[in-house]
Amino acid sequence: MNVKTAAEPPEAPPERREPFMTLFGRYLIEANSVMVTIWSLLLAFAIGAVLLIVSDEGVRGTWSYFFDRPSDALSASWEVVSSAYFALFEGAVLNFNTLDRFAAGTAGFGDVLRPLSETLTYATPLIFTGLAVGLAFRAGLFNIGAQGQLIMGMLGALVIGFGISAPAIVHLPAAVIAGGLAGAAFGAVPGVLKATTGAHEVISSIMLNNIAALFLVWAIGTGFLHSETRSELVTKPVDDTAALPHLLGFLGGSLRVNLALVLGFAAALFVWWLLSKSTFGYRIRAVGFNSHASATAGMNIGRTYATTMGTAGAFAGLAGASLALGINAGGVTTNTALEYGFDGITVALLGRAKPGGIVAAAVLFGALKAGALSAQPGVPVDISILLQAIIVLFIAAPAMVKAILRLRTPRGGLVTLEAKGW
Amino acid sequence: MAVKPYRFALAGVAATGLLALSACGEAPEEEETGGEAEASFEACMVTDSGGVDDKSFNESSWQGMLDAENENDDIDSSYKESSNESDYEPNLLSSVDDGCDFIVGVGGLMTEDVNAVAEDNPDIAFATVDGFSEVENVYSVQFDAAQSAFLAGYAAAAQTESGSVATWGGMQIPPVTIFMDGFVQGVEYHNEAKDTDVEVLGWDVDAQDGSFTNDFEDAAGGKSLSETFISQGADIIFPVAGPAGVGAVTAADENDDVLSIWVDVDGCQSLADYCDTILTSAEKNLAVAVRDAVLAAYDGTVGGSYVGTLENDGVSLAPFHEFEDVVSDETKAELEEITQRIIEGDESLGLESPSSPAAS
Repeated sequence: MNVKTAAEPPEAPPERREPFMTLFGRYLIEANSVMVTIWSLLLAFAIGAVLLIVSDEGVRGTWSYFFDRPSDALSASWEVVSSAYFALFEGAVLNFNTLDRFAAGTAGFGDVLRPLSETLTYATPLIFTGLAVGLAFRAGLFNIGAQGQLIMGMLGALVIGFGISAPAIVHLPAAVIAGGLAGAAFGAVPGVLKATTGAHEVISSIMLNNIAALFLVWAIGTGFLHSETRSELVTKPVDDTAALPHLLGFLGGSLRVNLALVLGFAAALFVWWLLSKSTFGYRIRAVGFNSHASATAGMNIGRTYATTMGTAGAFAGLAGASLALGINAGGVTTNTALEYGFDGITVALLGRAKPGGIVAAAVLFGALKAGALSAQPGVPVDISILLQAIIVLFIAAPAMVKAILRLRTPRGGLVTLEAKGW
Repeated sequence: MAVKPYRFALAGVAATGLLALSACGEAPEEEETGGEAEASFEACMVTDSGGVDDKSFNESSWQGMLDAENENDDIDSSYKESSNESDYEPNLLSSVDDGCDFIVGVGGLMTEDVNAVAEDNPDIAFATVDGFSEVENVYSVQFDAAQSAFLAGYAAAAQTESGSVATWGGMQIPPVTIFMDGFVQGVEYHNEAKDTDVEVLGWDVDAQDGSFTNDFEDAAGGKSLSETFISQGADIIFPVAGPAGVGAVTAADENDDVLSIWVDVDGCQSLADYCDTILTSAEKNLAVAVRDAVLAAYDGTVGGSYVGTLENDGVSLAPFHEFEDVVSDETKAELEEITQRIIEGDESLGLESPSSPAAS
């Protein structure tokens, strides 16, 4: 904010310096991107609370005689909402039951850390896919194909993971890189198609998702990939030398968070460097701002599309590698990829396509997923998906948040993230 | 763009009115709560994909947990749903975190995860349904489902008019293919004993290969698979796929003269709307087995195994319900006789599945 005041044109009459608290207060009621994000989260949790109340039969019953004895309805509603969000917290951050057992000596310190470990485990692939979508956003491309790129990355990492034998120091990096390359190759396809034929990347990457998913079903069934010991559709496990080591394995085998998390942070750092410090990143941003102007300035737009999509695909491929060599090292199934690629879109939106924001959004969504899984059956497991959806709905529509809360329009207008590819 | 104030007022009045109308009920008498003492034994279940209301094996396992809870006030039960196999381990682990005394993992795919978690938590009793475990604190609940499927296959062969029946599975895993083995062998035995020539589509016992949706939830995929079989002439479909099998039932419902046979539970109860197209069901009495496992664990039993058979009522053929009059008395008598012979272990029936659990 200080920067902003300093940037006022010097010829303006000297403003009276407003006290910090006034500025801060004004900031709070303004629809700037930080406050819209915060309000979106709060609104989502409020709407989630209403749905929790409505979906609970017992609580609904108490509302039917609200005017006769309001205390029942209010206390029952408070009870169900607070216990649900508390249970989510316990599953995602710290389980007090485990803490008690730790204090009593029946649980190890590793058990206390497990909710956090689960949160970060679910966040890891989301960091990569969020970056894959976010990077493309910056070039004005909408990469819906992260799911397919992830699947290809999974297969690439898997094939090297069990196909060659080498010491871990060589094997693991080779498998990770293979995942990234497979994702990059698959991701570059829509970029090249757009550059050469003008085919829209949204359409082609959606179609490529289906191709990848069905290719996976076929590939797992082949003798080369199919498990030798199990009859269902599951692949061979990767060798121990290619498996991502657990970060906190010394505290207990159940802490699943692995080295891929560190790679995810490194990838986010790399994207930050790429976008803000490198020529390639400058080109990505320039094309994203205005492709015609960039072309006039002498940039090769087609090549930028292809390389950006390829780089984005590499990140999604690394997400696949993190699954195939990490939590699913025992064998990949048709279900392993879940919806990580599509969730990457919501992560990138919430993170506003900035590396730091994407990491934070991925951790939040990881926490929601881990929390919802562990909070069952008191809390419907779908609540986490629902909260994610509402959050993104608000993020994508800042005007709605502004209207609901009657926030002021910030200087420079509302910030809406959009792909300019259309 | 300003919304006129009177519209707000109008909306407010309307909303208040609605709320008042719906909220005018009388408060119930203050109840003395706290009569129910806190149960000391916490039994927890982790479901397979499909959810706890899958009309099939998750649901019937959960029924077993509830039955145990009803039988013994000191038992409290809860469940956690898995939407896919990567949820198994976290669900099992958070059940440990919740302080469960007995944890049941439902579904053969979960056995490995149950074993791993059980080895890390030797003080807690575990059970795996549809899987076999050698870990000391894991109780294995298995079913020789080929026996009930054999009866279903025999009944299907007796009832088919087109001379062609079909079966398909959710996934190619032993707890599924065992049903398909039994079904095919039941048809084959009927062909042999009654000199018929009924053909079975969808499963080859010798090659152990056949049709699968590769999913337990994809009812649309199950329906298109069933329609393929119907177009090939099958008039009785036996899906072994939990909720995905609903696709076969709806396909049977939409095609005249096509019937289905349900699996795991009595389809006439779980899918009551479709009872008029469900010939019978090859039941696997999970509820009883799970209830007994919970009660045994409460009494301190840890580990061991159980195999459900026709003899101990662990598996059975459901009643014919709406088809009670359609199925001839002769067929019913023969089914009775075959049941006896299976119990006695008569090998001449040709009932032999590579997926059958070893007798305990």
